[in-house]
Amino acid sequence: MDSYINIKVKVWRQAGPKAQGHFETYELNHIFQGASFLEMMDILNEQLIAEHKDPIAFDHDCREGICGMCSMYVNGHPHGPDSAITTCQLHMRKFKDGETITVEPWRSRAFPVIKDLMVDRGAYDKIMQAGGFVSVNTGGVPDANAIAIPKPVADEAMDAASCIGCGACAAACKNGSAMLFVAAKVSQLALLPQGKIEAAKRAKAMIAKMDELGFGNCTNTGACAAECPKSVSLANIARLNREFICAKFKD
Amino acid sequence: MATTKTETAKVITPEMAKIPQGPLEKKWTNYKDHQKLVNPANKRRLDIIVVGTGLAGASAAATLAELGFNVLNFCIQDSPRRAHSIAAQGGINAAKNYQNDGDSIYRLFYDTIKGGDYRAREANVYRLAEVSNNIIDQCVAQGVPFAREYGGLLDNRSFGGAQVSRTFYAKGQTGQQLLLGAYSALSRQIGKGKVKMYNRHEMLDVVLIKDADGVERARGIIARNLVTGRIERYFGHAVVIASGGYGNTFFLSTNAMASNGSAAMQIYRKGAYFANPCYAQIHPTCIPKHGDFQSKLTLMSESLRNDGRIWVPKKLEDAQKLQRGEIKGRDIPEEDRDYYLERRYPAFGNLVPRDVASRAAKERCDKGYGVNNTGLAVFLDFSDAIQRLGKDVVAQKYGNLFQMYEKIVDENPYENPMMIFPAIHYTMGGIWVDYELQTSIKGLFCIGEANFSDHGANRLGASALMQGLADGYFVIPYTIQNYLSDQIGVPRMSTDLPEFAAAEKGVQDKIDRLMAIQGKRSVDSIHKELGLVMWDFVGMGRTAESLKTAIEKIDAIKKEFWTNVYIPGEADGLNNELEKALRLSDFIEIGRLMAVDALNREESCGGHFREEYQTEEGEALRQDDKFSYVACWKYTGEDSEPELIKEPLDYEFTERKTRNYKA
Amino acid sequence: MWLKDSSIGRKLVMSITGLCLVFFLLFHGCMNVALVFSEEAYNWICSILGANWYAIVGTLGLAFLIFVHFCYAFYLTIQNLRARGNDRYAVTARQQGVDWESKNMLVLGICVIGFLVLHLANFWFKMQFAELTGIETSAFDPQDGAGLVKFMFAGNGAWSIVLCVLYLIWLAALWLHLNHGIWSALQTLGWSNLIWLKRIKVIGTIFASLVVAPFAVVVFYYLGMGIGMLLA
Repeated sequence: MDSYINIKVKVWRQAGPKAQGHFETYELNHIFQGASFLEMMDILNEQLIAEHKDPIAFDHDCREGICGMCSMYVNGHPHGPDSAITTCQLHMRKFKDGETITVEPWRSRAFPVIKDLMVDRGAYDKIMQAGGFVSVNTGGVPDANAIAIPKPVADEAMDAASCIGCGACAAACKNGSAMLFVAAKVSQLALLPQGKIEAAKRAKAMIAKMDELGFGNCTNTGACAAECPKSVSLANIARLNREFICAKFKD
Repeated sequence: MATTKTETAKVITPEMAKIPQGPLEKKWTNYKDHQKLVNPANKRRLDIIVVGTGLAGASAAATLAELGFNVLNFCIQDSPRRAHSIAAQGGINAAKNYQNDGDSIYRLFYDTIKGGDYRAREANVYRLAEVSNNIIDQCVAQGVPFAREYGGLLDNRSFGGAQVSRTFYAKGQTGQQLLLGAYSALSRQIGKGKVKMYNRHEMLDVVLIKDADGVERARGIIARNLVTGRIERYFGHAVVIASGGYGNTFFLSTNAMASNGSAAMQIYRKGAYFANPCYAQIHPTCIPKHGDFQSKLTLMSESLRNDGRIWVPKKLEDAQKLQRGEIKGRDIPEEDRDYYLERRYPAFGNLVPRDVASRAAKERCDKGYGVNNTGLAVFLDFSDAIQRLGKDVVAQKYGNLFQMYEKIVDENPYENPMMIFPAIHYTMGGIWVDYELQTSIKGLFCIGEANFSDHGANRLGASALMQGLADGYFVIPYTIQNYLSDQIGVPRMSTDLPEFAAAEKGVQDKIDRLMAIQGKRSVDSIHKELGLVMWDFVGMGRTAESLKTAIEKIDAIKKEFWTNVYIPGEADGLNNELEKALRLSDFIEIGRLMAVDALNREESCGGHFREEYQTEEGEALRQDDKFSYVACWKYTGEDSEPELIKEPLDYEFTERKTRNYKA
Repeated sequence: MWLKDSSIGRKLVMSITGLCLVFFLLFHGCMNVALVFSEEAYNWICSILGANWYAIVGTLGLAFLIFVHFCYAFYLTIQNLRARGNDRYAVTARQQGVDWESKNMLVLGICVIGFLVLHLANFWFKMQFAELTGIETSAFDPQDGAGLVKFMFAGNGAWSIVLCVLYLIWLAALWLHLNHGIWSALQTLGWSNLIWLKRIKVIGTIFASLVVAPFAVVVFYYLGMGIGMLLA
């Protein structure tokens, strides 16, 4: 049963991108375990505002695990110590009375800190802009049922497509690699006949952009998939490798 | 009071709403055949500002850029992919009739009109049904992984308010997949340089400039860079608002934390009419509230009602035991369960439209039959479905929703029925637009949930995605050209013009005023207070008295806000509290406008339920002779009541009936 | 050149050089097992390799593979460290299903290389190198590899025991390196999908064990012999 707990929260505070960051510890009493982690952060911020201190900046929006905006590294895990969730879906019942919870921003060269726990994930958008699409304009497309797609293929594409672009993969990776993110999109579109046509071009363009933006090299540790809130599989990375290597050898 | 003005109200005619002539099914074709177009060379010379990157905004920005216009696209999140359309779960309707179950464009049109309780424009709704099929084609071509049958063709499911299966879906993440489709199309145009994307930018005002003929036209916006705090000016030959709905007026809603109605309020204050603000949809299947610290309510897809059965105990003492936590739902025997939707609405059962299901839940809970500690929840039970289909099939269909429920509530829905309660979800009301989706200000367009156009007084499930994409992909790219065709000679204007400077000053003054208050209350604490007033007095059941009380209370909240709010930090930098305060200042106005509109509408229809107007069985009672119109509110000044302008709704092609989901 | 400039290209180089080295190790291990059964057979295999041109080409090839694998390892690691950014996490936790070795491949690789130097000094320098150059590098006849091995691992008193233990540590590091390396190489080559993901991991473990086992058998064989000789 959920009850009330007292906790300490050790939070990374950083005034701006260039500023020197540091940890600060705050005490919070009487937190209901049924509250979500971000609701706890709201309570903490209300407390800070009441003391006329600067509240902690953090990204969040939908609070139902789909927008991919929330991005906290809690007790050594992106999105905290629970499986297949985003930070907003983490609940205080995962923590014990008296516990000190350490909260950090994503740390990766490609995700510079904006303020406190807020980072700039524009790099993921840039990778998408390099090729994460099917080149069709609006209108003039064939009937939706014109091409049949086997259900297992469609389902696998859907699983890859469930990526929310939160950045946990790169944040979890000791190499700061964005391979799982890129692989999810390349996989989704390479599986479907609509995306297959420019699959080779897409894989090359997205990887080139990823490398250019300063993400690291994948060494297949699997930390990304283990921490992915949508459980995107490592098999997608293998598919991306295959697509990319074949494309390069064809050139 | 606003109601006193109705006698002398101005009227919007179908001609003013630019509804094309001809039979219903020919109107859109006729329009397209005769509208004016802009040639490719001229498109390059025209800039269009699109505010918002949800389904409507992203699809519009991408399509307009594909056509050759220069697009400036704004969003408040860190990426266009995060707009709240992403959270839509269930699906998207289209009249494909792939299931051969008798669906047609007319039937989708009719269901939508009827579902909206005959308070929508026929011509708009028919166009929506018409282009619905193109949307599915478009999304499949973009690589949206819709669910498929084993034969490889697209699968459909049924949804509330319809007797056919016309809903296309991608697991429980349809909104996400459709938005990512639009986002990918948008990304392609950003990559090509045709769309200039402004992330973490919030629109704070629209800029109107009079042309030589003295006609005021939208020519740009003032936006705040949320990272640097800088106030910036942007020019566009036309401005498209796609900023979503205003459900967050209630503080607790299924909307995202940053969803807001501020863009709508800004253009309302500049002269755009706000239509039917009182039509807000309460979604029946949300996870009940659990505490005062709660920040939002989580929706669970309406698709759960396909296989889940909704009930409360028959005996009051059972309900009381549940409320005290002495027993669990599964302990109550079958014969003591009241499947009240199946009882009251045998023909549609658990699949009645959202407003009907929500009110029925409220009715039971008001009578004391609620099943959780607050007495504000009903059961949604899958035990029948698990017996009939097996746990595996149920898990395959709803597994992710069950998992989400368990993470939040810490209870296993396979073993014990889920608890649900209605929550504010969607706002059918919004900025008034004509058939071209142009507001009452020239050159200012409004699409998606932000406008009022297609859902009448109540929206059917899986129709929001349809409308957002219809507006963005297939309507605005045509209709905006009809406007822009005579703007091709207008050069890009300098943002140093006095109109831009004045608008920026207005924004800056408001920010300075807010920062100077230095009171005692946090923004959220005032917002929560507003939310409670809205839920209690402008919620599911409204009366003239409750609405008058609401207006008084909201006025008091407004005063409290403007004298006692505390915003920490500086305005020239990242400041979440300032962002929230700016949005709350608009929510307060919207809340009041909702109450004013609800008070004016002396009838019950769709999402608007006035307790004075109901049948003996408690069903909504429309007053077609008096209120068959769109209530458009015109801003008249900070301290004066808005003016009511009516757009009569003449039903030429459908016969208006009392909505009946019983037989 | 995409094998140098793209991240997947670099990984491909690691993957292919690594796999080639694995096959060499498998061959080397099998050859060693001959020692347990017959010293003549071992010496016969050594004589085939010796100073023949194909053995020299093979040795140079191996040296090249190791060099490339080694250089790329550092290149990748430096890039990866840089990609992490300046601030490190204060708390890092273990993720479920993520092997320790997968995050410490460089450390394991350095262990392996370190012992490789020892190994080359102990054996290759005294055998193939001596044979090639004609320089007398030890008291042993370069042709009698078996004798050398026997002396080093069993006949050198307490030192032999120490050497055996060192070799066992080395083999453990090698096993860990290969346990991640083999499946990772296959993953990089793209030989994986939803079903094969787990299977390939198992195959990697089995293969790593198959490679390391023959070496271990030989070490244990001599360790037993050495302990016997000490006690006797």
